[in-house]
Amino acid sequence: MLALFYIFIAVAIAVSVWQITRILNFRTVTATDKDNETQGKNFMIFMAAMYAMMIYCLIFMNVIMLPESASVEGEHDDNLFNITFILIGIVQFIVQFLLFYFSYKYRGKKENKALFFADSHKLELIWTLTPAVVLVLLIGYGLWQWNNVMDLSDAEDPIIIEVYSKQFQWEARYAGADNTLGRGNVNFIKGINTMGVDMSDKNAADDKKVTELHLPKGRKVIFKFRSQDVLHSAYMPHFRAQMNCVPGMVTEFGFTPKYTTEEMRQQSEVMAKTEKINKIRKAKGEEPYVFDYILLCNKICGASHYGMQMKIIVEEEAEFKKWIAEQPTLAEVIK
Amino acid sequence: MSEHHHKETFVTKYIFSQDHKMISKQFLVTGIFMGIIGVFMSMLFRLQIAWPEKSFTIIEAFLGPHQSDGIMNPDMYLALVTIHGTIMVFFVLTAGLSGTFSNLLIPLQIGARDMASGFLNMISYWLFFLSSIVMVISLFVEAGPASAGWTIYPPLSALPQAIPGSGLGMTLWLVSMAIFIASSLIGSLNYIVTVLNLRTKGMKMTRMPLTIWAFLITAIIGVVSFPVLLSAALLLIFDRSFGTSFYLSDIFIQGEVLHYQGGSPVLFEHLFWFLGHPEVYIVILPAMGLVSEIMATNSRKPIFGYRAMIGSIMAIAFLSTIVWGHHMFISGMNPFLGSVFTFTTLLIAIPSAVKAFNWITTLWKGNLQMNPAMLFSIGFVSTFVTGGLTGLVLGDSALDINVHDTYFVVAHFHLVMGVSAIFGMFAGVYHWFPKMYGKMMNKTLGYWHFWITMIAAYGVFFPMHFIGLAGLPRRYYTNTNFPMFDDVADVNVVITLFAILGGLAQLFFLANFFISIYRGKKATQNPWNATTLEWTTPVEHIHGNWPGQIPEVHRWAYDYSKVDENGDYVHGADFVLQTTPLLEGEEDPS
Ligand code: HEM
Ligand SMILES: [Cu+2]
Ligand SMILES: [Cu+2]
Repeated sequence: MLALFYIFIAVAIAVSVWQITRILNFRTVTATDKDNETQGKNFMIFMAAMYAMMIYCLIFMNVIMLPESASVEGEHDDNLFNITFILIGIVQFIVQFLLFYFSYKYRGKKENKALFFADSHKLELIWTLTPAVVLVLLIGYGLWQWNNVMDLSDAEDPIIIEVYSKQFQWEARYAGADNTLGRGNVNFIKGINTMGVDMSDKNAADDKKVTELHLPKGRKVIFKFRSQDVLHSAYMPHFRAQMNCVPGMVTEFGFTPKYTTEEMRQQSEVMAKTEKINKIRKAKGEEPYVFDYILLCNKICGASHYGMQMKIIVEEEAEFKKWIAEQPTLAEVIK
Repeated sequence: MSEHHHKETFVTKYIFSQDHKMISKQFLVTGIFMGIIGVFMSMLFRLQIAWPEKSFTIIEAFLGPHQSDGIMNPDMYLALVTIHGTIMVFFVLTAGLSGTFSNLLIPLQIGARDMASGFLNMISYWLFFLSSIVMVISLFVEAGPASAGWTIYPPLSALPQAIPGSGLGMTLWLVSMAIFIASSLIGSLNYIVTVLNLRTKGMKMTRMPLTIWAFLITAIIGVVSFPVLLSAALLLIFDRSFGTSFYLSDIFIQGEVLHYQGGSPVLFEHLFWFLGHPEVYIVILPAMGLVSEIMATNSRKPIFGYRAMIGSIMAIAFLSTIVWGHHMFISGMNPFLGSVFTFTTLLIAIPSAVKAFNWITTLWKGNLQMNPAMLFSIGFVSTFVTGGLTGLVLGDSALDINVHDTYFVVAHFHLVMGVSAIFGMFAGVYHWFPKMYGKMMNKTLGYWHFWITMIAAYGVFFPMHFIGLAGLPRRYYTNTNFPMFDDVADVNVVITLFAILGGLAQLFFLANFFISIYRGKKATQNPWNATTLEWTTPVEHIHGNWPGQIPEVHRWAYDYSKVDENGDYVHGADFVLQTTPLLEGEEDPS
């Protein structure tokens, strides 16, 4: 691959030198019929290559893409995405074909005359209305789903978790037995109280601070995001979940995990991806990778932005209960 | 017209010129210079992202204190993407593109002797020049240039504690942009006034070439939206230097609580994108205008749906001011607002689709002359469509949740705006070079330039969609902290190789451009057999553009291949200059 590339560059440079010397004595500077012929054909060749590349990407890059949604709400995202993607894929194939084919078919010749065709309201109406109708459908489904994801008011018995971002690390706090988070503010940050929880708030005592997110399968989780310093974005790609963390403000997002981490590891797309990754890692002599859900930072936040992450573990309700019971409450930690 | 004959010194002719043609060339050359810097930066950070552990002499040579052993620092990576974005969007594709072609073509195509105010026009260029200088100087600041992304979201951009680039580097960025905005506003007002007032006899609005329509509407959007960025920047300056809290609140950084209370970064995002989104159309509309013109000329056909084209430019311009929130779906903004922005955003796809179909129909049954400008125009439509289509994914708020700020977005906007607008700009340069320099550019070099650039553009940006769909965030210094992204590393290598190829291809252009200025074949008056007024001026530039009277216009700009009942050309050739009077009984669509 690399060798090929160097050869390509060498050829390109050679040709440019040759051309530059020719520049001094060229004859015609506007396209001739011969140019039209060559360039018209080039467009057809390019089109073939482009189609090949598009198909190649669609097939072979499929394995690097995210696996199916691991949250219940995300299922519709996947649906909507597939519909949209197929649609734009079809339009892309057709429109590029028309563009390049016309470029070839109508390449100029001395003896030809172009058609004086300045307007057709009928045609214009068609290509105004068709996209309009299609878009109405897409918007309809999209807005329904947006509402479905963003409206957290009807969640039954959700778990409330605070996710706190700072340069360059994530922290999290569970709401504890009362399922209500104690107030937080940067003014309370002191020593071990790194999330700035107001310990005089009666809801704070039973909160639990953790360094790893555990989520029970099948139960709605509502995240409350705060940030300590600059903007960050809590991105949990496997769950189709993302929300910015904004200093001075609490933002929220919610979803219901659908597969435990273990189940996800057995999922076929995940296995294919893991296998591919491990082939690469093995070649480099690195430890094998096992799938884990992850929370990563997706808003530029400073020098070490590229390292900000937190592991997420989805497990059965019983295991989750056991784990959370083991975590100390803030009252126990912060005396 | 006494100014016709007054004596020119070197300084008034080449430096402080008030002649729109000279100012246009100044914009172009400055834009090219900034473009070289911007593209070069992208090469550096692509090297980093493809081979994060490898040492490069070129990085050692250029990044001095911001690298160690030929590997750039994370801060510097962010600085490079920030300045690359800023330079490409504002200095190359706004000033370089609009500044060049609005200046060159507005007076020439509407039949005016110069801009309404030559003096303000000169000021506009020199402010742009000054802002470029300040931006370039900011690269040499000890702590590094601005590094908070071209969108400079606070608090990151407000606090030097958060990132070193937010110190002096950011201050210079803001100063440079404030000057830039002044330049842009002065320029835009001049363009608007000129188009509205200085059209020659017979040049009705509906006879104007689409280029002029595009420049006019672009200038209007600029005047509406740039002041908002200026206010946003001013408030940011206040927060940074005078302790106000417009955007900042509740911040604890490096062991201390800052005094800021009650501000919101979301406010900044609104203000920024209120400009930021229209800005992308400020970039693309002039390119669309150039492409429309070039396509019609080289297809030897009228542009299809002239009025629909104007209508869609206006619709896009209007809608572009009410969609900014699609950059903020997950900013913490009220979800209901997100719904509204989804609706308006997807509406904008309709006029965009109309334009794309109209261009394609313009090719249909044409007699296509494959000049380099035409190739770039066809390339423009191709990349605009490819990039525009993914807008349908991003514009749907529910889908944007998962691709926001990933490489999917990077792929989208580079194709739809970056590559497309650059293609439009190249098309314009190849097409109007004879008008600017009185010489022709070399065709064959143009072909090579086009094809390699086109291949590289798709090679770089098409695969990016897929690594975005793998969940890969943009603006990561390296992806090696995440084993889950190990399998995109190969793709990143391929992308970087194509990027280098694309960068090198620009050498064809640079060589062609500069050699042709001096050694190019002398141009004839109307080399492409076009219909518009600029091709009725003499090849040698003169002050006032036309030696005698300004010609009168009798028809629209698209009388290509007009035939009578017998199938013979009405005026004996496959084009009719706008200055040719109508024959008896001849119809004119305007
Ligand atoms: C079909 C019409 C289009 C739609 C529906 C659309 C939609 C969007 C959306 C929703 C985003 C935000 C994505 C995100 O950050 O998550 C976006 C980003 C962007 N779009 Fe488009 N777009 C369209 C056409 C265009 C055009 C014509 C241009 C430029 C000429 C453009 C330039 C950009 C840029 C520069 C960004 C990224 C800004 C950044 O985050 O740095 N888009 N587009
Ligand atoms: Cu972060
Ligand atoms: Cu936008």
